[in-house]
Amino acid sequence: MRVYEVLFIVAPNVEEGDIETLVTQFSDIATNQGAQVTKVDRMGRRRLAYPIGKFNEGHYIVLTIEGTGSEIAEVERRMRVSDAVIRYITIRIDEDLKRAEKFGARRAARAAAGRGRNRGRKTEPVLPIGRDDDSDEEDED
Amino acid sequence: MSSEPRDQGRRDDRGGRQGGGQGGGRRFIRARKSCKFCADKVDYIDYKDSRLLSTYIPERGKILPRRISGTCAPHQRMLATAIKRARNCALIPFATD
Repeated sequence: MRVYEVLFIVAPNVEEGDIETLVTQFSDIATNQGAQVTKVDRMGRRRLAYPIGKFNEGHYIVLTIEGTGSEIAEVERRMRVSDAVIRYITIRIDEDLKRAEKFGARRAARAAAGRGRNRGRKTEPVLPIGRDDDSDEEDED
Repeated sequence: MSSEPRDQGRRDDRGGRQGGGQGGGRRFIRARKSCKFCADKVDYIDYKDSRLLSTYIPERGKILPRRISGTCAPHQRMLATAIKRARNCALIPFATD
């Protein structure tokens, strides 16, 4: 299962109600193909950093889709055809998230190990002395 | 006791060389910059976080180099891809003039 983030920008002249129908339309396409829409994030109306077409503003919407990848192709095709969508971008995030998780886990492990080592130092001092004695004896032999 | 004055002498020598600047031989040692993302323990840089990304974009709209920001290599890589993605969806300008 792969996780994708589909961000698309809807033209500012589209009404709120129509945006909602667009969102449900796209998520229906994905679910019909066997994917799951896990999150719908409406970032709202934002100024564009540069004009797209003749628009200076846009409604940003992010869909998080879990699926095999073929659904994305269909959703993207529909976005390309739709006049209301002025820009879309799909990003596969499961690998990045997995890596981030790994880093987090490693850091947690290191922190735990560091604590353990400190504890060990406090309790251990008896052992190294014993070792030193052993090595001295060997040298004498 | 005897070692102390020697050390002091050395320090004075260094100071003299720096002040003299003979051919600019001695480089000025600056405090080492540290990676902000490592300090904050960031594992994933989100391209939608335009406020964060904009701190790594100077006037012209270029990506701030590592040697200036002090970002570590793995985080700079993440940052660069995030900035490029953000540019694509008009969150950040490609170029400003």
